[in-house]
Amino acid sequence: MGVSPELKSAIDKFIADNKIVLFMKGNRMFPQCGFSNTCVQILNTLSVPYETVNILEDELLRTGMKEYSQWPTFPQVYIDGEFYGGCDIMIESYTNGELKEHLEAALNS
Amino acid sequence: MVSASEVQEALKQRLEAKDVTVVDDSGGCGSSFTVAVVSAQFEGRKLLDRHKLVNAALKEEMKDIHALSIKKCWTPDQQASAQKA
Repeated sequence: MGVSPELKSAIDKFIADNKIVLFMKGNRMFPQCGFSNTCVQILNTLSVPYETVNILEDELLRTGMKEYSQWPTFPQVYIDGEFYGGCDIMIESYTNGELKEHLEAALNS
Repeated sequence: MVSASEVQEALKQRLEAKDVTVVDDSGGCGSSFTVAVVSAQFEGRKLLDRHKLVNAALKEEMKDIHALSIKKCWTPDQQASAQKA
């Protein structure tokens, strides 16, 4: 499998153009998995602007993202062009306040 | 399918973990687990890198696992201070 050069540069560009990106199952209006929904709720609660990408709509993207992030599951959160983590990391860093700080720093950069 | 004890054994060996808790929350189909790991290998690593170690340790098993929730990645020191509190 692997990530094609075209897909890689498209992902590079998308996460560079958008400060906060959530690659998830479903979309923010209709998450199709509890873990993805948790991330949507956290980002909504912090009321930050973010983009979502529905990986269920594209099998190539779904397999490609796992390799791109070196992360085996979804959701995957990118902040300021960097992979931040999955749902568990979002919950933990939201709870201890690190996520808010990190997002604010990213949005102000 | 993967069993909770296989996941536990894999984490114990590959992360030289001191303490591993694995809960099978798949309702028996063996595809969804919640894990908590205490390992000295987490020392000096960020949370993301700790999770990556856990994912890497379960690389083979992940092919059959649908959902893996990593509840805790603690160093032995963190575990000790949590138990005191």
